[in-house]
Amino acid sequence: MTNLRILLGGGLTVLVILTALVALVWTPYAPTAIDILHRLAAPSGLHPFGTDAFGRDTLSMIMAGAENSIIVSLAAVAIGAALGIPAGLLAAARGGWTEELLMRGADLTFAFPALLTAVMITALRGPGAYTVMIAIGVFTAPVLARVTRTAAGVIWVQDYARAARALGRGRGAVTRVHILPNILSVLTVQITIQLSLAILAEAGLSFVGLGAQPPAPSWGRMLNEGQTYIYTAPFLTLFPGMAIAVAVLGLNMLGDGLRDAMDLRRRRRA
Amino acid sequence: MSGFLLRRLGTLIAALFFASIVVFVVLQILPGDPALVILGPDAQADTLKALRHQLGLDLPVWLRYLHWIGGVLTGHFGRSTAYDISIATLILQRIAVTVPLAIGAMLLATLLAIPIGVFAASRRGAVDGSIMAATQIGVAVPDFWLALLLILIFAVHVTWFPAGGFPGWWHGTGAALKALVLPTVALAVPQAAILARVTRGAVLDVGLRDYLRTARAKGLREGAILWLHAVPNALIPVTTLMGLQFSFLLAGTIIIENVFTLPGLGSLLFQAIGQRDLVLVQDLVLLFAGLVILINFLVDVLNAVIDPRLAKVRS
Amino acid sequence: MKTSSLWRSSTLLAGLCTCLASVPALAAPPDSLTIGIALEPPGLDPTAGAAGAIRDVTYDNIFQGLTRIDEAGKVVPSLAKSWTVSPDGLTYTFDLQNGVTFQDGTQFDCSIVQFSYGRAMAADSINAQKQLFAPIAKVDCPSPLQAVITLKQPTSTFLYNMAWGDAVMVAPKSAAANKTHPVGTGPFEFSRWVPGDRIELIRNPHYWGPAPKLAAVTFRIIPDPAAATAALLSGALDAYPDFPAPETVVKFQHDPRFTVDIGTTEGKVILALNDARKPFNDIRFRQALAYAIDRNAIIEAAYSGYGKVIGSHYTPSDPNYVDLSGAYPYDPAKAKQLLQEAGVKPGMSFTITMPPPSYAQRSGQLVAAYLSQVGINVKLESVEWAKWLSQVFSQSDFDATVIAHVESRDLDIYARPHYYFNYDSPAYKALYAQYIAATDPTQQAALVEKLQRQLSADEPNIFLFALPKIGIWNAKLKGMWSNDPMPADDVTQVYWAQ
Repeated sequence: MTNLRILLGGGLTVLVILTALVALVWTPYAPTAIDILHRLAAPSGLHPFGTDAFGRDTLSMIMAGAENSIIVSLAAVAIGAALGIPAGLLAAARGGWTEELLMRGADLTFAFPALLTAVMITALRGPGAYTVMIAIGVFTAPVLARVTRTAAGVIWVQDYARAARALGRGRGAVTRVHILPNILSVLTVQITIQLSLAILAEAGLSFVGLGAQPPAPSWGRMLNEGQTYIYTAPFLTLFPGMAIAVAVLGLNMLGDGLRDAMDLRRRRRA
Repeated sequence: MSGFLLRRLGTLIAALFFASIVVFVVLQILPGDPALVILGPDAQADTLKALRHQLGLDLPVWLRYLHWIGGVLTGHFGRSTAYDISIATLILQRIAVTVPLAIGAMLLATLLAIPIGVFAASRRGAVDGSIMAATQIGVAVPDFWLALLLILIFAVHVTWFPAGGFPGWWHGTGAALKALVLPTVALAVPQAAILARVTRGAVLDVGLRDYLRTARAKGLREGAILWLHAVPNALIPVTTLMGLQFSFLLAGTIIIENVFTLPGLGSLLFQAIGQRDLVLVQDLVLLFAGLVILINFLVDVLNAVIDPRLAKVRS
Repeated sequence: MKTSSLWRSSTLLAGLCTCLASVPALAAPPDSLTIGIALEPPGLDPTAGAAGAIRDVTYDNIFQGLTRIDEAGKVVPSLAKSWTVSPDGLTYTFDLQNGVTFQDGTQFDCSIVQFSYGRAMAADSINAQKQLFAPIAKVDCPSPLQAVITLKQPTSTFLYNMAWGDAVMVAPKSAAANKTHPVGTGPFEFSRWVPGDRIELIRNPHYWGPAPKLAAVTFRIIPDPAAATAALLSGALDAYPDFPAPETVVKFQHDPRFTVDIGTTEGKVILALNDARKPFNDIRFRQALAYAIDRNAIIEAAYSGYGKVIGSHYTPSDPNYVDLSGAYPYDPAKAKQLLQEAGVKPGMSFTITMPPPSYAQRSGQLVAAYLSQVGINVKLESVEWAKWLSQVFSQSDFDATVIAHVESRDLDIYARPHYYFNYDSPAYKALYAQYIAATDPTQQAALVEKLQRQLSADEPNIFLFALPKIGIWNAKLKGMWSNDPMPADDVTQVYWAQ
């Protein structure tokens, strides 16, 4: 069951990544090529997913959109990890006031929905992929900080970590040698989940026009543009949504499967 | 317990204060002039100046912050420059859409999720597996896409529900409720899927299957064991998640309101930013942040009530 | 006990079912009208804001001026029943309607004209079109029903200008509160405004003119194209005079329940260029851009084929229009040749700043695609309306932008110094000065034509197309305006046919 999930989830994720990679070198049509004569064409052999209001091939746009989704969510989670993981490690290592300050700060950041942050950043520096990366990153950081803090806290009270401290090792050294390697698997799982959340969030933000700007294809914006044509070309709202669901589903299954596999291993060890 | 509550309350106030400063500063450096937005391209320089004076925009920055925050603290939320009516009135009108939507979605999600989660936990094999597979897909579906699909099926294909818009409560609750059905479902389904998974996991974690084995051995009814013993013990992770979800739902309504063009707080926020209705934006951001912080606070309190050990550990 | 709770839950269910079944609302009674509008007006005072939506609701319905514009764009009497102009074009004598009262009871007479114009011209005025009143030297009242307006210089557009929504008559008592509770002299009076949703007007029982046939008019704010379509189909809306979804018009055209009326507006969609910047200051470069863009394709993709190609800053419905739409036919080869002559290398790039409306977003993307075919890389940048106004319009900090100029007959903007696109042509300015000072109609007509030709030859901006007015309404509804000669949804003559 668990293995099946990892397999399926991993398979879907690889499929999405491969699509993005293929789109770098080949798409059936150029994703930005406008063809007014064949606008709003229903799905057919020529255009399996149909064409949009500008006559652009939807399949090609979805393939190119995978790239945007992956890059934005990777960057966003990287921002979140770069901020959150060190904060969590520091909080666990020092405790006391440092911890209180960092963790309350995390609570506070978390209180701002990503959408609100994105709206603010957009107002300041305009919409775009970078804006979305920052907004989702800011939203991811406190989650990773909390997870890191909790996981690291568990290790800090283990005998070997205490022993290392007692032997005069510095907090930084213990964190490097004992803490970090032992929480990596927990972090991997959480990062996988955060990636799937980031893809959802990116799509949502692009849907309301805050994300990647035209002509760069983006799944969320395709859905937004499709909504206008819901009466005349309903297929435009169908395929980009499926792409989002597949990408998120893959990462979720992978994350859940990995977590269960880890729990199982831990239980066996115990 | 009270020490724990006091500390959480202190954090809450600090967070709101911090939020007020952030939003105020951001709006100060925001490009765009409210007077220019109101008067448009043909306005002359002296006209713009006159309007800025009328709106109080020519006062020093710190004075405007004090005016605003002082007003909020004494219950005066200021005036909307775009509508020229009191912001409290405006927000109350919009809350009448957003809050029923968020609460309705939360209720629907809970009503769907807890029975499904508990049921899945009490079964093994194919039933459990297929429910879990379905919820896995439910989690992956973006709510705004689900909203579009619902519109496509229930508003375009068969015209059972409106594709958008809100007739207002005074025209009879029937039409108003009907306008909220599709948005509520769209918001609720993905959250229900998450909640069902967590419920199942929590019920299993408290050893449901052990309970059931004992129950069967003793000849007790399974249902009684399930709802009297297993579910209450599993409540903490479930309520914690529900608190988080409500925050998500509040943010989610912003996008869903956009899809269905509902006149709620979300659309008001977008509009206020577009029109540079500064005080209104400040109030709204504070309101959103405040609600989220408040809900998380309430969940903490609730959990502390359910399990007093928690408060001790945390403090 | 058990039966009672069962009973209760079944009535609850029944209640739920009836409420779900009770919509769509009953067909509107034949003396009320529900109209869809896309944008919510920011306040309802046309003398204190520029938004077109303010005029959609209030123009001629609530507020009236000395003159007004009819459906064809002609200046006709309103609160002034007639007027004479002195031969030197400096003195306008208006005879005012008798027995007019405002909806707050204030008597309308010449003192109101003095008050309204004085308020618009005052130092603390927040009138968005203050320049309309700049030619006025003074307003005299020889008798309560006669207003004599003296101008500083002859202004051929004066009567037209006084028909703008910004020049309506307001009462001293109620003027300050017009933003939330408008009080005018028109056939309808304000009843209720539910922000974000609707504005309700009712018939003015004390109206001075013939009573309107409608007893109540509701403006509902429905910006979303899909929702607007659904609202019309379900009967929740009787009319959508400026329908926001050109792509779904097809659905109504074959439905006998609806009238689809494609009319004209004053909206001119242009690719505005910053003529002060290189290489936009080179006429060959601007002409190259004009040749490189297929305007018909843009109309097709951005507006589903509705809309007309324009060749200058003037629309086909304006008087003395000259058809210059063929001046720069789609010709990429010619464009490339002109680019070469202008010394612009392939791979040259500039930014198009796009405001939020969908016509701008779509046209911007299409223009970018066409320009890439002649070797120009266009960077697209979306900005909010507020940022567009301050960055592009006020500070003139932009390369190019797509924008619709909706003000009617606004040839004057090309003669203004330091206007945002920085067109600076002494020849055009001289022509415009002649036009504004001209008192003879034939001379005026000739000059308007010359102005259009000058613009087309210089191509300071790339003129794309005139926005259509797509009106959709219940087939039984009569008297709706086909055209939008000015932002307005004038429903004073609307009625239901039996």
